Amino acid sequence: MITSLIRRSIQALFVILAMTLIVFIGVSVIGNPVDILINPDANAAERTRVIAHYGLDQPLWRQYAIFLQGLLHGDFGDSFVYGRPALGLILERMPATLELAFSALVIALVVGLPLGLYAGLYPDRLSSRVIMSGSILGFSLPTFWVGLMFILVFAVELGWLPSNGRGDTAELFGVRWSFLTGDGMRHLLLPALNLALFKTSLVLRLTRAGVQEVLPQDYIKFARAKGLRESRVISVHVLKNLMIPVVTIIGLEFGSLIAFSVVTESIFAWPGMGKLIIDSINLLDRPVIVAYLMMMVLLFVALNFLIDICYTLLDPRVRMDGRA
Amino acid sequence: MSNADTTPIAPEPLARQRIIQYLSAPGAAIGMTLLVVIVLLAVFAPLISPQNPYDLMQLDIMDGRLPPGSESYSGMPYYLGTDNQGRDILSGILYGLRTSLIVGVFSAIAAALIGTTLGLLAAYVGGRTESLLMRLVDLQLSFPTILMALMMLAVLGKGVQNVVIALIIAEWATYARTVRGTALVEREKEYIEAARCLRLPRWRIVFRHLLPNCLAPVIVIATMQVARAIGLEATLSFLGLGASVTEPSLGMLISNGYQYLLSGYYWISFFPGIALLVTIVAINLAGDRLRDILNPRNI
Amino acid sequence: MPLLDVQSLVTEFPGAPGGPGNRAVNEVSFAVERGKVLGLVGESGSGKSVTGFSIMGLVDRPGRVTGGRILFDGQDLASLSGEEMRQLRGRRIAMVFQDPMMTLNPVLTIGTQMTEAITAHEKVSRAESRARARDALGQVGIPSPEERLSAYPHEFSGGMRQRVAIAIALLHNPDLIIADEPTTALDVTIQSQIISEFQRLAETHNTAVIWITHDLAIVSRLADDIAVMYSGRLVETGPVSDVLTDPRHPYTAGLIGSVPSQNTRGTRLRQIPGMTPSLGRLPSGCAFRTRCDRATEACATVPPPETHEGARGFRCIHPVHPELLTQ
Ligand SMILES: Nc1ncnc2c1ncn2[C@@H]1O[C@H](COP(=O)(O)OP(=O)(O)OP(=O)(O)O)[C@@H](O)[C@H]1O
Ligand code: SF4
Ligand SMILES: [Mg+2]
Repeated sequence: MITSLIRRSIQALFVILAMTLIVFIGVSVIGNPVDILINPDANAAERTRVIAHYGLDQPLWRQYAIFLQGLLHGDFGDSFVYGRPALGLILERMPATLELAFSALVIALVVGLPLGLYAGLYPDRLSSRVIMSGSILGFSLPTFWVGLMFILVFAVELGWLPSNGRGDTAELFGVRWSFLTGDGMRHLLLPALNLALFKTSLVLRLTRAGVQEVLPQDYIKFARAKGLRESRVISVHVLKNLMIPVVTIIGLEFGSLIAFSVVTESIFAWPGMGKLIIDSINLLDRPVIVAYLMMMVLLFVALNFLIDICYTLLDPRVRMDGRA
Repeated sequence: MSNADTTPIAPEPLARQRIIQYLSAPGAAIGMTLLVVIVLLAVFAPLISPQNPYDLMQLDIMDGRLPPGSESYSGMPYYLGTDNQGRDILSGILYGLRTSLIVGVFSAIAAALIGTTLGLLAAYVGGRTESLLMRLVDLQLSFPTILMALMMLAVLGKGVQNVVIALIIAEWATYARTVRGTALVEREKEYIEAARCLRLPRWRIVFRHLLPNCLAPVIVIATMQVARAIGLEATLSFLGLGASVTEPSLGMLISNGYQYLLSGYYWISFFPGIALLVTIVAINLAGDRLRDILNPRNI
Repeated sequence: MPLLDVQSLVTEFPGAPGGPGNRAVNEVSFAVERGKVLGLVGESGSGKSVTGFSIMGLVDRPGRVTGGRILFDGQDLASLSGEEMRQLRGRRIAMVFQDPMMTLNPVLTIGTQMTEAITAHEKVSRAESRARARDALGQVGIPSPEERLSAYPHEFSGGMRQRVAIAIALLHNPDLIIADEPTTALDVTIQSQIISEFQRLAETHNTAVIWITHDLAIVSRLADDIAVMYSGRLVETGPVSDVLTDPRHPYTAGLIGSVPSQNTRGTRLRQIPGMTPSLGRLPSGCAFRTRCDRATEACATVPPPETHEGARGFRCIHPVHPELLTQ
């Protein structure tokens, strides 16, 4: 257990290192580093100062070392637009994004799991077919367009829910959250639903596929042959086996939700990282872009790490030999 | 089997059987029909659309934001209304479909070519090359497509071409992984063994024997990928990172309408969205059935 | 009255769309008395396991029992509600599955999988059910059973897993055990040990056993009666001693001929030529006729009816008679 933890940590470090290399290559080799790192509005003196600061006159490997050094200190440079450290900007907006992504994940699981279980257990029922067709629709509906339609219907036509911003927030653990206030909740609802739509379909389909894979197994038949109640067969024998793929979904999809919140945040003017990164790409605010990308890399590596640990806890087979 | 008088059922030609089987599901038939219509509409857009929405000379700002069913000064009907620049939404959709399909199909094919080649290479060469390639694939697949695409666009800058490049780079890994998986299974089978014993050249084994057997999963993924790519292109355009304002794709049209949504000009966003939705649903319906029939594992 | 009386049982799996179903079990009739062992033999795919599952009410969807009756202790199983059937399963009728590697749930401990089988039918404390599970493991020869309770299936070998499955089947001292090739995965000593255990059970608890196997040697040693299956039909039934020494059906004769011990040394084993036809395309008339060296035109017309001869029965219109053979 300990050795595999250590091994995985080392792997994670390698992934991070590889990604820094890719981002570095992207920014410094493919792109024009002078353009990328220097505010286009800067004057000549400023240019030379920044070129010297970032060592753009140095050989590539030294530049990479400098880049890494900056990373280690959390120094991605100052935003051209805000004139403040890029990392600070990102961190400031992170809670809003996390809140949105987490809400969407909860919705996806609460809706997707039971429906998928149902459709998997009773595939021939009409209701199951309806659910499955619905999930194809959920897959196909372009998220951003659905967001607009939500606004059109619930905000413009019906006037039930607000369509932009976080609303009132309250503080918990030193961070401001929307879900703690009624007004915040009302603001959160539409974006969270919008972001959850695609993932709900995904969770639903994966759960159904999982159920259909587990059900024909001999051990399920044997559980029935023992005279177990159907409720126990499903809630213990089927569900316990489903936990493994589901945990993977939760882990991976949480990351993907954070990435996809870019779209939802832009539509609902949700002040999170996603909106910031789109604004930054549009305004060529490169320090913020790099900081965002590196934060995402960190986040994903951390998530994968966590999933691995959950696997080990859930699947006795992995626990023994250390790998799936 | 040696039983002489079991009457064998005369087999239909396999391809025909497959097609019949394919279309016997209502979803697939609907999907296929829609798809054919959509492709025809897109191909013949210049012939059938009332105006050329990319030709700024044909646009009249005075016709801006007219509701569906209005007429222009010159008496031309705007069946689906106009956008803020006076562009006929119907024409915009027809032309936008072209962009969407081209981007979707082209990026899916390019990604399939690259991914398949690398996947086969990995499976056949093995060793260091394989583990390096597969590490790269794992790394890439652990990041969501949209993030990869944003990363690419952040580096390359905005524009349709860059969206295509971003899509290819974001999607090749799926093919590589699947093809390698299938090829590994195939490689162990007897006929490859036989081909080896005959000392056929390597490339021949790979292209004549391994590749055809990896085709089913590649086709299925590619179909799904076209739908995803179209959705993603629209999303990126919506975010303002794709098509240019003067030659709007579906995503861009929707984005244009976004600003006017709150004022009640719903049609600018609504109809292009429906077109996008129908296209993606059609491809997914067709692809879903394809997956059932070709039934490739490990997807 | 026999404990189990199966009458003209038919179990079908849907065939090609629109066509007729595939009869994995076709008009099968047999009976098992309390305390007796019935050996059910036949080639792979002949329908032995499906017969067992039909009795358990556990035929895989979309297959189902479409004809005949299964009387257990005088009661028609088809008339029982789902809950009544559940109470029967595991408690009065138990089954040991064919593939020990797949029978146990990989993510639950052996202890959980045993105790749940107890508490499904009896209200007992956790401690007591655990104690009983432990004893049952000891009974089938698993060393240090207490510790093994908290182990997972993958920590067991195939043979060990089969013994766990057998232990589970024995937990409630059932009236009927369907043992589907239970000893195939075991080595010879364990095999005899298990067989003795079943024999003891049949005697002391008056348990009836259906022993499904390919192995005629085991049948001759353990079983009282034998039923030979071919392509879903029972082709020959009767007391083991009669059938094995003096088979009537050419298929049974062929099976006996291919057992090594039955042959004199030096002569080649006689193999039954050909392959089992698949259910979808059975030959007309007698399903065995494409492989039968006694087949005539008449065999192709209708499936041979059952001929009775005392306690025996067979379905063949040109039965084997040793006295005829020697002429
Ligand atoms: N789930 C199923 N779906 C469709 N057909 C099935 C199913 N299970 C069994 N069959 C068919 O029923 C027939 C009998 O199968 P069964 O498993 O009873 O054979 P068996 O006599 O137990 O063989 P073996 O000795 O290999 O275990 C087979 O031809 C098989 O094709
Ligand atoms: S009925 Fe005819 S074909 Fe069938 S076993 Fe008897 S002799 Fe052979
Ligand atoms: Mg069997």
